[in-house]
Amino acid sequence: MEQLRELVPWVYLVAAITFIVGLKGLSGPTTAQMGNRVAAAGMLAAVIATFLEQQVAAAWILVLPAIAIGTVIGFAGARSVPMTAMPQMVAIFNGAGGGAAALVSTLEFAKAASPETGRGVGYAGIGEPIAILLGLMIGAVSLSGSIIAFGKLQGIIDARAFKYAGQQIVTFGVFALMILAALAILAGALIGIEIAPAGLLLGAVAVLALIFGVALVMPIGGADMPVVISLLNAYTGLAVAMAGFSIGNQMLIVAGTLVGASGTILTRLMSKAMNRSLGNVLFGAFGAATATTAGAKTDDGRTFREVSAEDAAILLGYAQSVIIVPGYGLAVAQAQHNVRELADLLEAKGIDVKYAIHPVAGRMPGHMNVLLAEANVPYEKLFDMEQINEDFQRADVALVIGANDVTNPAARKDTSSPIYGMPILNVDQAQNIIVIKRSMKPGFAGIDNELYLDPKTGMLFGDAKDAVSRVVSELKKAA
Amino acid sequence: MSNEILLGAYVFMLAIWVGNEVISKVPTTLHTPLMSGANAIHGIIIVGALLVATALPGPLGTVLGFLAVVLGTINVVGGFVVTDRMLQMFKARPRPAKPAEKK
Repeated sequence: MEQLRELVPWVYLVAAITFIVGLKGLSGPTTAQMGNRVAAAGMLAAVIATFLEQQVAAAWILVLPAIAIGTVIGFAGARSVPMTAMPQMVAIFNGAGGGAAALVSTLEFAKAASPETGRGVGYAGIGEPIAILLGLMIGAVSLSGSIIAFGKLQGIIDARAFKYAGQQIVTFGVFALMILAALAILAGALIGIEIAPAGLLLGAVAVLALIFGVALVMPIGGADMPVVISLLNAYTGLAVAMAGFSIGNQMLIVAGTLVGASGTILTRLMSKAMNRSLGNVLFGAFGAATATTAGAKTDDGRTFREVSAEDAAILLGYAQSVIIVPGYGLAVAQAQHNVRELADLLEAKGIDVKYAIHPVAGRMPGHMNVLLAEANVPYEKLFDMEQINEDFQRADVALVIGANDVTNPAARKDTSSPIYGMPILNVDQAQNIIVIKRSMKPGFAGIDNELYLDPKTGMLFGDAKDAVSRVVSELKKAA
Repeated sequence: MSNEILLGAYVFMLAIWVGNEVISKVPTTLHTPLMSGANAIHGIIIVGALLVATALPGPLGTVLGFLAVVLGTINVVGGFVVTDRMLQMFKARPRPAKPAEKK
């Protein structure tokens, strides 16, 4: 048993390697699934090896049920979530990880300081209490932030940016208090100046960190949630690395840091895809200052034109080239199969059908690709924004299905618009535009889309799935 | 003992570099699965949770330890399964240029 235990750090090393290989694999389309499975195998090996440690094996009656419960919840959640709700599911799993990291830090603190008994084992140098506090703070911020992100995407919390006067001062105040409480703990641990009982202070740090996480995410609009989730993901990675420091486990440091670093890059890539800086996402007034501009726009007397499914079918049937622009509305309605059917019908008539995928269409980058792939839309028909934007002027019909902000010409022309500068699909350059939408309600960015007021645009109101299938049946009738 | 933290700092520094290097060029399509996969990897906190689950005696410590393991497991299992599901959809698509026939 003793010899076997010596193997544990080596298994951890192998696991760390599988994480690097797995992450590398995940960044390429052909190797992604392999990469994910390699990392999962490494994780399993690491968990099994951990049971060779005496204190873990001795606590089996506590930890095995915990693992069983976690497995059931995680597995059921991951299997049952519809593809559309994927982003918020990732947020919840991320929050769980952040919470676990915060708890590990708390337990490690208790072990070292033992506030209740006063007979702690002491800290291993100045680094340990700092790592413990960082792990707790970052983990707790990630936990509460993820829950808010989940709530916003799931519609439990109003997805709009939540703003009030003096907000940034309050948020900063919470942050400053948290740091002060943490410093007070450090003062007690390192130079022996007890300001308040360490356990009480630690509780204060934890609560303030949770509040800070909420305050950080509440003012961010739903459209930016993917970026926020990616950022919180990086935070959890960092919290895990800190936990690794405090319990002296290199594998945790490697895995956590890998995620922290790659997550930060991924976050930057995502905000770049929306042409916004990360600072702008976190602190920009997205959706808050918009109420005034939005109101002014619709009042200028222009109106929209409503079309019926029959009109749309005729327009599509006589086109030579059609570009379909999918968005979140398609995802919500699960209309991908109907869209595929529509495209098949049009193609049977010899019409050229392409799909234009905006980098942030849907709720997350790649969201649309996943959905359309599910409906077996051939890969080579999906085009990125840069590839297809030139083609819109030659397209007879642009069919916008549940996409809004990514088609808004205001991003190109109106410098006062909050989405000004975001790259958009040049839908407005097509000969005709059909927009399938449930209502005239603004999209996630909370602003009106003047594309809908364009004389070339026909609005086909309805749920994406229902509207597309109505067009399909009209097309079949005509054929 | 302080050496351990220093060693950790070296590991930390190198891992930042590796993390940067690994995610240099990622197609937009893969952003979501990559984020989800990375999310599963930080689930390694489950090992930390297992190691300290019984660090604090008494009912409060037991509850916290139990909770840490549950949360860590949710992160790991949910993260990997959901990523695999996402990637399954990419795989279902036929590789060759020919569109797949309907069944």
